[in-house]
Amino acid sequence: MTTPTEATVRAEIRDWLAANWDPNLSLVEWRGRLVNSGWGAPGWPSDLYGRGLEPALAAVVDEEMRRAGAVGVARSGARNLAIQTLLAHGSDAQKRAFLPPTLTGQYSWCQLFSEPGSGSDLAGAATRADLKNGRWIVNGQKVWTTSAHHADWGLLLARTDWDVPKHAGLSFFLIDMRQPGVEVRPLRQMNGYASFNEVFLTDADVAPEHLIGELGAGWAVANTTLMHERSHGDPSAAKATDSGGRKGRAYDEEREEIAIATEPYGWYPQRAGRVDLVLERARETGKINDPVVRQEIAKLLILERSAKWTALRARAGLAAGEGLGPAGSLGKLVGSHVARAAARVHTLISGADAMLAGAEAPRDGIIAEVLLSVPAVSIAGGTDEIQRNIIAERILRMPKDPGIDTNRPFRDVPKNPAQATR
Amino acid sequence: MQYAFTTEQREFRAVLRRFFGQTSPPSAVRRLMETEAGWDAAHWRDLNTQLGLCGVHVPEAYGGMGFGLVELGIVLEEMGRALVCAPFFSSAVLATNAILNGADEAQKQALLPELVAGDKVAALAFTEPDGQWDLSRVATTAQQVGGAYRLTGVKSFVVDGHTADLLIVLARSPGSVGQSGLSLFAVRGDAGGLTRTPLQTLDPTRKLARIEFAGVEAELLGAPEQAAGPFAKTLAQAAAMLANEMVGGAERLRESALDYANLRVQFGRPVSSFQAMKHKQAEMLVDVELAKSAAYQAAQAAADDQADLPALASLAKASASEAYLQTAIHTIQIHGGVGFTWENDTHLWFKRAKSSEVLLGDSTWHREQMMRTWADYRSEG
Repeated sequence: MTTPTEATVRAEIRDWLAANWDPNLSLVEWRGRLVNSGWGAPGWPSDLYGRGLEPALAAVVDEEMRRAGAVGVARSGARNLAIQTLLAHGSDAQKRAFLPPTLTGQYSWCQLFSEPGSGSDLAGAATRADLKNGRWIVNGQKVWTTSAHHADWGLLLARTDWDVPKHAGLSFFLIDMRQPGVEVRPLRQMNGYASFNEVFLTDADVAPEHLIGELGAGWAVANTTLMHERSHGDPSAAKATDSGGRKGRAYDEEREEIAIATEPYGWYPQRAGRVDLVLERARETGKINDPVVRQEIAKLLILERSAKWTALRARAGLAAGEGLGPAGSLGKLVGSHVARAAARVHTLISGADAMLAGAEAPRDGIIAEVLLSVPAVSIAGGTDEIQRNIIAERILRMPKDPGIDTNRPFRDVPKNPAQATR
Repeated sequence: MQYAFTTEQREFRAVLRRFFGQTSPPSAVRRLMETEAGWDAAHWRDLNTQLGLCGVHVPEAYGGMGFGLVELGIVLEEMGRALVCAPFFSSAVLATNAILNGADEAQKQALLPELVAGDKVAALAFTEPDGQWDLSRVATTAQQVGGAYRLTGVKSFVVDGHTADLLIVLARSPGSVGQSGLSLFAVRGDAGGLTRTPLQTLDPTRKLARIEFAGVEAELLGAPEQAAGPFAKTLAQAAAMLANEMVGGAERLRESALDYANLRVQFGRPVSSFQAMKHKQAEMLVDVELAKSAAYQAAQAAADDQADLPALASLAKASASEAYLQTAIHTIQIHGGVGFTWENDTHLWFKRAKSSEVLLGDSTWHREQMMRTWADYRSEG
């Protein structure tokens, strides 16, 4: 076999698409062809649903797929977290069992990490998995689980050993969400949406072959998942292959898949503060002429602009080989500052109308949604307090707090009242 | 720099940091701030003969190095970091840019080479005793007597005004109002009818003077009654450059606060291990990095002479005013009692932060300026 070049790859994928792509196939059948041929993940090894192409050539495949308007494999959101975690830590058998139906979109996923008693302190998870008669029996509660009600499988972090320090007693499992021991309840938020779920695990069953990585090595596996979660961007931004409304069964089914995946995130732009609406709103309310409001708008715009420039500096520094630098770690925290300032300014601009919500409220309730969604931004994905710790310890190299929870068996670590009774 | 400095610019910065580290340690700052002049000739000569700093941004035709305002911004950031006591901001930034923007070609040829070489220093006399930074408030008049102009009025808050060899003065035609009728003049520092009085300043590292003009002979620079536009540009450039000076000082303070917190032990632990301290330091980093980003954007806008320079300069000055003072306040707090002593160096930067906060307009004023021009501001999305 000759070494592939851009020309040979382009010719090959074009021929293959001409022979195989048909928008009237079911989404699963079409993606099955992609998975079996290796064209769905061309950068993966050729013995693992890929074609072993280097990134530049894999990009050529993506380009040709887009050109043909062909739908790709399912690799967004929690599916991507499952895929990346399996690729990094799964056994060969686990990859063969789970990657194909995930790539085709047959399996959807959720992430069972956070618990009522362990939010920022994720390694303090107290959901337990006990080996009984060769099966893992899981008991506990997870929370903030996106799309758990749609999920077939969950990525589960559970405690398998209580007599070692907290990080060492965790294991990572794949759990079948469609079983009697798993109960999913929507969790209603203060802004009225229910984007997440609570998941109650009561004697839920996990097969021994669904332990990922070594027993007790769950923290390292979970960190792989988290790394990809932090880097995959805004889930509300997922786009269909063709938003122009092309006809065909595969397109219809993909649109449906994306609608389900993005449905929980409709309020995400509002939680970031909607700075883009500030000047328009100030003009339409006449508050643009109020010198006090003008000061507050200017403060907000200065903050928001400077935040963008700081992110661009970090990126440019990275490209210039200087490393990400301190500017690169500030984005999450600065985003909270921007959102809070924006909520304040929107309130100033709206005046009494800020008391209203719904269709009669400013911008059909979008402003009210800003005011009620902003409190999430400084909590979700790492609280401001944790971000400050990270900046202080990793960027400024300040000493860690002397911990009292990492040098003794987890059993003896003080816990929240609800957990302590278990 | 759009978002990253070039290799040459980074090397230039490294040279400056070394130079000022050697020539402007806190002991030198303390010595010079106690003098009435506020600077000394030997250090000024070194700065100009070894590095040619006064001409960094001046075209080669006038003896300069022909770089731009990004490079000048780097000089100011490093000077602000070391709290360099020299008439650089007054002469190389304010006066030199006023001449570059407002004088005619022959006048530039005549005036700039001496300023670029550092052989003479100039100051910009603009603000008056009412302390307003709005040029329409200028009341000093220029009376044409025969072929010559004579200035009458009082200027105040003139940076290094008591030691300058040359004063660049904004004055108006008698009876004119607002932005019309404004002209730019050059006045010799030893001209008759000039009374120069050093002001007692809160910040001893930035000297200010009050200057009375009693029918002082002056040379018109550029066209008569056309100074408003060029002068507004001079002020926008100055605000951008001052913002760069300020973020240099702010970063130095932030680092000194961190060093001290790592060194200081209380309750058996370095105080830097306390979360209250770590969170404060994280927010200080946010303040300083954001202000740096704004200052760099403003310098770039000045270098490219972008239409949104006034908005960006005001944005950067407002941001730097808040960040520098806030960082200075935190730095004193982190040093505890020692931070309030004369012996500790923090107050030197605190005082510079305070004077810089107000010089060329405080943050409230600049935020309003920014809002007025925001409509024309190009959104980058």
